[in-house]
Amino acid sequence: MSKLSLRDLSVRYGARSVLNGVTLDLAPGSLIGLIGPNGAGKTTLLRACASLIPIAGGECALDGRPLESWDRRARARAIGYLAQEKAALWPVAAGRLVALGRLPHLGPWDSLTPLDESKVSEAMAATDALHLAERPVTELSGGELARVLIARLLAGTPPVLLADEPVSGLDPAHAMQVLTIFRALALEGRTVVVVLHDLMLASRFCDRLVLMNAGAVVADGAPLDVLSPDRLARFYGITADVMPEDGTRVVVPRALAP
Amino acid sequence: MTTKTSAFRERPFGLVVGGLSVLVVILTIVSIITGRGEITGGLGDLVGLWRRDAETAWLIMSQVRVPRTLLALLVGASLGLSGAVLQGLLRNPLAEPALLGASSSAALGAVAVFYFGAGGLSYLLPVGGMVGTLIATALLLLLGGRAQDTLTLILAGVAINALTSALTSLALNFAPSPYAAMEIVFWILGSFADRSLDHVFMALPAMAVGWVLLFSVARALDAMSLGEDTAATLGFDMRQVKLRAVLGTAFCVGAAVAVTGVISFVGLVIPHLVRPLVGYRPGRLLLPSMIGGAALMLAADIGVRMISTALELKVGVITAIIGAPFFLHLLVVLRRSRP
Repeated sequence: MSKLSLRDLSVRYGARSVLNGVTLDLAPGSLIGLIGPNGAGKTTLLRACASLIPIAGGECALDGRPLESWDRRARARAIGYLAQEKAALWPVAAGRLVALGRLPHLGPWDSLTPLDESKVSEAMAATDALHLAERPVTELSGGELARVLIARLLAGTPPVLLADEPVSGLDPAHAMQVLTIFRALALEGRTVVVVLHDLMLASRFCDRLVLMNAGAVVADGAPLDVLSPDRLARFYGITADVMPEDGTRVVVPRALAP
Repeated sequence: MTTKTSAFRERPFGLVVGGLSVLVVILTIVSIITGRGEITGGLGDLVGLWRRDAETAWLIMSQVRVPRTLLALLVGASLGLSGAVLQGLLRNPLAEPALLGASSSAALGAVAVFYFGAGGLSYLLPVGGMVGTLIATALLLLLGGRAQDTLTLILAGVAINALTSALTSLALNFAPSPYAAMEIVFWILGSFADRSLDHVFMALPAMAVGWVLLFSVARALDAMSLGEDTAATLGFDMRQVKLRAVLGTAFCVGAAVAVTGVISFVGLVIPHLVRPLVGYRPGRLLLPSMIGGAALMLAADIGVRMISTALELKVGVITAIIGAPFFLHLLVVLRRSRP
């Protein structure tokens, strides 16, 4: 059980302030959706949590210890990150790409142990990608590649998972499959944060939504509380319907706000 | 599985390394017994000479053939390895020391040392070469390292090449004598002819350091096939990885160019040919590229000695003549496969 605590976190790109004093607790047990209009700072927040960009102010701590004070490899074992860009460059076999997720557990000259191999297979089975293991990743469809890359993320078995738009470019079935996997991982006791643009999926699958705008968190809570009509109009510039659907309710965008 | 059934598909790693090693051993032997026609032709001439005049034969072996062969071996290995690392680092199959300006700037560095040291400081030549490559490679990472599109990278290489060739032309322009001008041209046209064991010992230490640095980034190159950010989140210090790769390339290419001049396209062709055999894994590519580079260099150098021309053909000219169309071909294939 690992949790991320952000205290007054600020990030700057040059003179431009991209995150202004974000305070958040990201804990296991619920699938956390990070939402907000383009340019709100979602990706920046995720990258700061993955130690990919320097922090200008405040603190980002993993289990009470600031990220900077963690050993690089220990941190890599604790926090898994799925980048927004999902491109495969070399035609490597998918199974080998997934195995790269085990790198934080391997010494510089170690080869994969049977334990590593079994984690790779488990991860691929979880994302329904086991049958793709021998295929070159450059020949996979967008959905197949996304599942292989998520398997790579899972293969390292990190207690904290940060996924930047894991379902962009996926058809509805695969998008739901991926979010179901992430939700199961969250309920299992991992801290899972996913950046989402699809409000319908966000309201349907996430247990908690964090709405960002202009580098700050403007709402945080249960999906339907966060996605109130006035917030949708103010931050997204849209109106939406709330559709009842077997117990849960989903938000369906309707039109641009007047 | 893919429907590709060419000779170029993945083979067991031991077989690839073993096969290439056997090839290098054979080519080394052929290189040692191959001479330019008028002195001693093939093995028969050499054996004959040995019977008549063992001392001269020994002299030819130790002063001419062995240094030449060793240099071809070392330079080929260094260029093949550097090419494989640069391609993995820049995540671009078109990266190559010469194309990206690393070789020409090494030549410029060596020319500068020669120019200001008047040849008396021959042991500084590799240092000059290394400094030249270091500057060029660092510049390249700044210009085209972040954006992985081929065009930016090639353009950065064009810019660096333009700059170094302008400065080399300047040195040629002000060469104090025709002899000095000839010496400068020597670094532009790479060759293994007329080298001694001194050249081998001059280059070897720097190359060895370069090899260690380049091999140390193998795992990181594998991780980088997922992108630079993802590699960083897998526990690699990307600044250190880049530093080691750039320094390693500088040591290898700088030392190679300082003793043999610019030999282009070895670092492009070899990793490209070997890559399918290792399942396209960037880290696994390093050792076979190194051995393959040595094999190609030896073969090319044997080739230039077998083609009888009045003046010996420079090996750097041959690799460029064969390599440039290969590069064009790659460019066309890549443009077709990647929008």
